[in-house]
Amino acid sequence: MRTPRALRPLAESLATVALGLVAGGLLVWAFGHSPVAAYRALVAGAFGTREDLLETLAFATPLMLTALTFAVGMRAGLFNIGAEGQMYLGAVGAACVAGMVPLPPGVHLGAATAAGMVAGALWALIPAALKAWRGAHEVISTIMCNWIALHLSMYLTITFLAEPGRAERTVPALPTARYPVLSEDSTLTAVVFVAVGVALLAYAYLWGTRAGYELRLAGENPDAARYAGVRPERVVTASFVLGGLAAGLAGASQVIGRPPAWSLYATMGNVATLGFDGIGVALVGRNHPVGGVLAAVLFGALAHGGRLMEYEVGVLSELVRALNGIIVFAMAVPELWKMVGRRLSR
Amino acid sequence: MRKAALAWAAAVVTAALAPRALAQLGLPPVSLVETGLLAMTPLALAAVGECLNEKAGLVNIGLEAIFMVTATVGVWFAEIGRSGIVGLLGGAATGSLLGLGMGAVSVYGKADQIIAGMGLNVFALGFVPFLLISLWAFPGVHVFPNELMVPRLTTPLGQVSPVTIGAVVAAVLAHLVLHRTVVGFRLCAAGEKPEAVDVAGLRVDRLRLLTATVGGALAGLGGAFLPLGWFGALVKEISAGRGFIALACVVFAGLEPLVALGAALLFGLADGFASAVAVTPGVKERVPFYFVSMIPYVVTLVVVAAVIGRRRFPSTVGRPYARE
Repeated sequence: MRTPRALRPLAESLATVALGLVAGGLLVWAFGHSPVAAYRALVAGAFGTREDLLETLAFATPLMLTALTFAVGMRAGLFNIGAEGQMYLGAVGAACVAGMVPLPPGVHLGAATAAGMVAGALWALIPAALKAWRGAHEVISTIMCNWIALHLSMYLTITFLAEPGRAERTVPALPTARYPVLSEDSTLTAVVFVAVGVALLAYAYLWGTRAGYELRLAGENPDAARYAGVRPERVVTASFVLGGLAAGLAGASQVIGRPPAWSLYATMGNVATLGFDGIGVALVGRNHPVGGVLAAVLFGALAHGGRLMEYEVGVLSELVRALNGIIVFAMAVPELWKMVGRRLSR
Repeated sequence: MRKAALAWAAAVVTAALAPRALAQLGLPPVSLVETGLLAMTPLALAAVGECLNEKAGLVNIGLEAIFMVTATVGVWFAEIGRSGIVGLLGGAATGSLLGLGMGAVSVYGKADQIIAGMGLNVFALGFVPFLLISLWAFPGVHVFPNELMVPRLTTPLGQVSPVTIGAVVAAVLAHLVLHRTVVGFRLCAAGEKPEAVDVAGLRVDRLRLLTATVGGALAGLGGAFLPLGWFGALVKEISAGRGFIALACVVFAGLEPLVALGAALLFGLADGFASAVAVTPGVKERVPFYFVSMIPYVVTLVVVAAVIGRRRFPSTVGRPYARE
């Protein structure tokens, strides 16, 4: 059996997800629950009703963006795992403009969105500068920036942005800075269109512009890129800034595009781990912006369905994140697919 | 050995000056050295193991995951065996399995090691809370009986954990093995010129699996040490980026175990300083806790940026070896 060339990545991605699900099922079973019941609840929770479907999309929205952060980095040959911290700062930026700066309708929404994106991009400049000028490895610098961002965001939230009398979260976004809710019975807002739009723009940039071509060339063949006159510092900066914009928007989307709180929790509870989850999404989406959007829907389904699984079967929804890790782990092993390929072609 | 001198000088100067600075702030200086040594221990253990691993040509950025998992599993073992030592051993054993797993997918699966390591980290992020609920039905903090703590030794310098001494011994041993033994020579060759090792009739795959396992075991010991030798309780964020700080030590050290020990002491003192300041009356009201908590990460970032820069690593580090 031979799969057509274009379908191969898709088949591999789906097979990896299936492998992750099997491994997750074994974990559920090992700890004394029924994997069948758990997965039945997961699927029902994710796709059971129209509201669930919309809610799945709401969970997918930030993942499309944090996946983009990792994917653009990978295209440039960089392991940008700083989406988490960039997202925190993006959420803070959006919460600040949305809640503290009254502006006319329309302008306000745009300004709050832009504030989030710019804050994310500015935070991404730190590891970008360290990489470009000092050669500091981005894995270490982005992780350190994530932890610094966590404490900085908690400080800013509690000290300057807290709702009076409710120190555990920021002043809610003013109604003029909120994305319209698309359906009464889900938390999906119009921010999903912005997220998809940004992914498409990133696609157009990477495959349609000279700068995007240079970025991909630097990632695929650094030596050829250097001969062609591509300046590595520019590629590093461009990929980090783009990633930071996307991650910042992901953070903003949870503050001004997600009812009911319309604010950022001081514990970062409503944004935490979305940045790390993006890594798995990006890999399953083959580091392609459009692939990332599709993979995000899948991971959104796991995240939303996981809540029903926790409620009905008593399997902690954190398991979904463990599953995510198993999928990333499996995606790293090309030999796995060669082995599968040999079996299939026999 | 300019790097070694630099690291040690920085650590010693910090150790010498910090108590005075602390006295100015009204802090007991001994507690800083004690906490600094405690904080150094897991970093040094993991970093020394990873130095060996990277010398042989593999990279494991999943140290954070190993810390998180072995901290949890270590406490579980300690409660079953009613002894902190059993917990440490259980942590080391679990770490060695995780390291072996990473080594196997790297060597035989020809995995992208950075991605695989990230996968392990993301896995731990979800698996550890899941495990906490499964084992103790409690998601946030688990406090275990105090008698499970690994007792500290009283020395003229203050209280020192035997594991800290173990970490120093591990660094010295690793140094001797790398530079004075045939095995060490072969390890370095496996990282620099695996073809030559192969042609000489030695198994590159086994050498790399060995270092991955030893590295995992040391990281696992460090992970179990976090609750059992230091904090006295278990939280799901217990490692708090220390796995990556250990990696920074490795990069800083240029894969030399003794330098890595010095770097770990430096970062440990920064961590100890943060812990000491955070609990001190009079200071904690004036300096926001959030900024104190940032100290170890900012120090790591600054050191990575200012001191490390570009470094040469074994030519095949992170790349799978395939026989021609």
